[in-house]
Amino acid sequence: MKHMKTSFAVAALAAILGAGAASAEPVKIGMITTLSGGGAGLGTDVRDGFMLAIEQSGKTDIAVVVADDQQKPDIAVQEADKMVQSEKVDILTGIIFSNIAMAVVPAALQQGKFYLSPNAGPSQLAGKGCDKNYFNVAWQNDNLHEAAGAYANSAGYKKTYILAPNYPAGKDALNGFKRFFKGEVAGEVYTKLGQTDYAAEIAQIKASGADSMFFFLPGGMGIAFTKQYAQAGAEIPLIGPGFSFSQDILGAVGDAALGVRNTAQWSPDLDNEANKAFVESFKAKYGRVPSLYASQGFDTANLILSALAKSGVSDQDAFRAALVAAEFKSTRGDFKFGPNHHPIQDIYVREVVKDGDVITNKIIGVALEDHADAYAAECKM
Amino acid sequence: MNREQIVSFVISGLLFGAGLAGFVLDQPFILTLAAKAAIFAIAGVGLNLALGYGGLVSFGHAAFFGIGGYAAGILAWHTRNFEPLATWPIEISGTTSMPVIWLVAVFAAMFFALPMGALSLRTGGVYFIMITLAFAQMLYYFALTWPAYGGEDGLSFYLRNDFPGLTASDPWTFFLLCLAMLIGVMALCALLVRSRFGLALEMARQNPQRLASSGIRPFTVRLAAFIVSAMITALAGALYADLNRFVSPSMLSWSMSGEIMVFVILGGVARLAGPVAGACLFILLEEVLGGRFEFWQVLLGVVLILVVLFARGGLMGLAAGRRSAHG
Amino acid sequence: MSATLFFEQVLNGLQFGMTLFLISAGLTLIFGVMGLINLAHGSLFMAGAFACAAVAKATGSFFAGLAASIAAAAVAGALVERLVIRRLYDRDHLDQVIATFALILIFSEGTRWLFGSFPLYLDVPPVLSGSVPLPGGITYPLYRLAIIGVGLAVAAGLFLLVNRTRLGMRIRAGETDREMIAALGVDIGKLYTIVFALGAGLAGLAGAMIGPIQSVQVGMGEPVLILAFVVIVIGGIGSIGGALAAALLVGLTDTLGRVMLPQAFATFMEPSAANAVGSSIASMLIYILMALVLVVKPTGLFGAKA
Repeated sequence: MKHMKTSFAVAALAAILGAGAASAEPVKIGMITTLSGGGAGLGTDVRDGFMLAIEQSGKTDIAVVVADDQQKPDIAVQEADKMVQSEKVDILTGIIFSNIAMAVVPAALQQGKFYLSPNAGPSQLAGKGCDKNYFNVAWQNDNLHEAAGAYANSAGYKKTYILAPNYPAGKDALNGFKRFFKGEVAGEVYTKLGQTDYAAEIAQIKASGADSMFFFLPGGMGIAFTKQYAQAGAEIPLIGPGFSFSQDILGAVGDAALGVRNTAQWSPDLDNEANKAFVESFKAKYGRVPSLYASQGFDTANLILSALAKSGVSDQDAFRAALVAAEFKSTRGDFKFGPNHHPIQDIYVREVVKDGDVITNKIIGVALEDHADAYAAECKM
Repeated sequence: MNREQIVSFVISGLLFGAGLAGFVLDQPFILTLAAKAAIFAIAGVGLNLALGYGGLVSFGHAAFFGIGGYAAGILAWHTRNFEPLATWPIEISGTTSMPVIWLVAVFAAMFFALPMGALSLRTGGVYFIMITLAFAQMLYYFALTWPAYGGEDGLSFYLRNDFPGLTASDPWTFFLLCLAMLIGVMALCALLVRSRFGLALEMARQNPQRLASSGIRPFTVRLAAFIVSAMITALAGALYADLNRFVSPSMLSWSMSGEIMVFVILGGVARLAGPVAGACLFILLEEVLGGRFEFWQVLLGVVLILVVLFARGGLMGLAAGRRSAHG
Repeated sequence: MSATLFFEQVLNGLQFGMTLFLISAGLTLIFGVMGLINLAHGSLFMAGAFACAAVAKATGSFFAGLAASIAAAAVAGALVERLVIRRLYDRDHLDQVIATFALILIFSEGTRWLFGSFPLYLDVPPVLSGSVPLPGGITYPLYRLAIIGVGLAVAAGLFLLVNRTRLGMRIRAGETDREMIAALGVDIGKLYTIVFALGAGLAGLAGAMIGPIQSVQVGMGEPVLILAFVVIVIGGIGSIGGALAAALLVGLTDTLGRVMLPQAFATFMEPSAANAVGSSIASMLIYILMALVLVVKPTGLFGAKA
């Protein structure tokens, strides 16, 4: 079990008074995220974005305890227990993967802690399992897929072949796409989780007569698929959610990804003050272009900071109201929550392009405006 | 009492002491760790029966660990959601009573271990290792892709199950419960090993022809050992599910099988308290190293190699010398 | 499914099988000859891929990376053999399992320490990229044909090495009776180091060849490890021909299973259920295959009689 204490000068509290903040009480935030193994890139980005915001705030009375869940739900559960029982954190955050979120979050909420998700957005927590102390700063899992479906319509695609791995998030992805896509599904395939060779699937796709292809394959699976697809000379245009084409993956895929259209709520070239500053400072500090995960971590931290400016965590009702108000400068521009504490936001269509030497995303349009999620109605908060 | 028995008591005592420290210092997390150590030790004791005493290197014990876990998880989940398990031919509803859950877990394991063992024991050596792995992988992929109980997301049941007369949700009580089960299982193992069955098992490992010539089929003895070993590991799985209030297919993965083997071998194969020592050491290393160093697994690997290379017979071998001969 | 598509899928299955053989070739040597359970095989595969990516990036040449990957993996293998494995020949399988399991931890997190958490870029060299037309009207990626070619070359090379060279003769002798060959004056220590390094180098070669069409990231070796063991066990330990046959069998079963099972179920189930059940069984298929083979032939298809 790993945890690294990154305490921001709690000892220096005596010497430095908070910068006129309404709350001067120290706040402890517990971040459980994936920092080892194959999914480490995402956790690293979320953590780096989050810590950048904390650092930029200049506040010294915030302690962030970071722990690695090793992408294992049982380790995550134990780290969460440790944070709640021993470290006595006030706020929990950080989980990347939905299965780990489902293991940790309901129990944490039951113990009266606030949970802000910088990434995982399982449908259960958006609908029936919603909770007044649960906030999702990124999206609900289906959102980006729904946007891809909407984009497929506007791009004039009539026959799309869809593919995802055979696990709950994969099923959610294809359901989300189908919810908005009005054309015909040329084929629907569930691949094995962790599969690396897609030659058979690509052959099926080429033979299917589809005019477009939508896939959700996170991490290494997506890298393998995109490279193999390019090698196979398949001409059918690809669309996918931003996860399969995020900055951390683009570096590994290279030219094979150029031209692919993908949907996300953020892009490095998004034109607003906060985002420009964020991208510059992230590049300056970490030497790489931020991915959407980093932007989500950054936004989560800023949301917490904005709420802390109005109220301490111990006054739970006031703090919660401050979180709901979400008065902070998001990298996405304006930010607002829906009634189930999930964002209502624009989802953009981006295209993978080469910007000098770096392969990155550029926005080419909007897929869905002010999009809420499909589960909000089931939430009885 | 010989040296081995003394060391066994000391190690069990240390585990109890760790839990006590957690209780006294009001650090529930230490109790969680100690309970985890006890649970992994139970899994190790189960595997040790087959692997250590029986010489059956099973790389598929995670299958039983997972079966126990899912038995607990499924029964609890059905109860918490007020849904019966089956309505035909009779209505079977779930339960949150631990003793019942343990019985179900143990019998489910027996149900799977019988065919799995019968088929696997037709092979030997490395092939046995691989075929047990194959069965465990089948179960793993099944759990992963079967949507009814969460698939990869796993199954959360939020509240720990009940033990009649105790508040199992209290960390100290639960730790004592796990420790009691550990001691019970170790006692069972000690009895088995000292009995005629144990002698036959040992003989099956050392000289099967000799055993056969005295009228006992090695196959039957090994199968029995395999099944009992599976049942013990399943009990550990059920307890683990209760510890985390959560089950997921990761309990069935081959790396879980590998970890259980590591506990057994680290502690000392075919030593009664070996798995306890091994589990405690592993968890201690994880906790201590993990806090200090981001790439702590490198250090863990180095420590493991050093133990394997220089501590023959594992920790028990270091502490208690060579295995005592049977009286 | 049309005949052309079916033919293409069979070709895909064979290609996947060759990939599996390439991955398992090194392990067959180490496992078959030295009887050593080397769980670190996947890590050596990963090391090869990373070395190739790093050198290819630095020099701009994939082939330089390829050479580097073989060398790096072989050197890593030789080091590991001298420092750790050498002391384990006399010990039983369990100690080998733990020691090589520990090596996995060291390699994985060590690689993450050196290279960071993000996947690396490794692409197919331009001379091997693109597709070529094949008889039957299908266009097939050239690089996959290259993999088949390399796999066949490795099979032929190993066969020649083991059966036609002096080194091979010593290896076979050492496999049968270690003490005798030592008594006959062969430096058994050096022999085993060479074999291990060779096996490791083959793992590295596999990593470099397969890296360009997969993801070069930490943990890429673990799924590979399991598959390699499955192939070797089905084929029979110690038999290179067996490993090749088993690899092709597994490749075909897995590929055709993935493609045809959901369709087969769709004939009598509604599509989404058929998909779910079909994909489920397809993912378990190679393990079902292995269990079946071992039940019928307990030492694998071409393994020595027990």
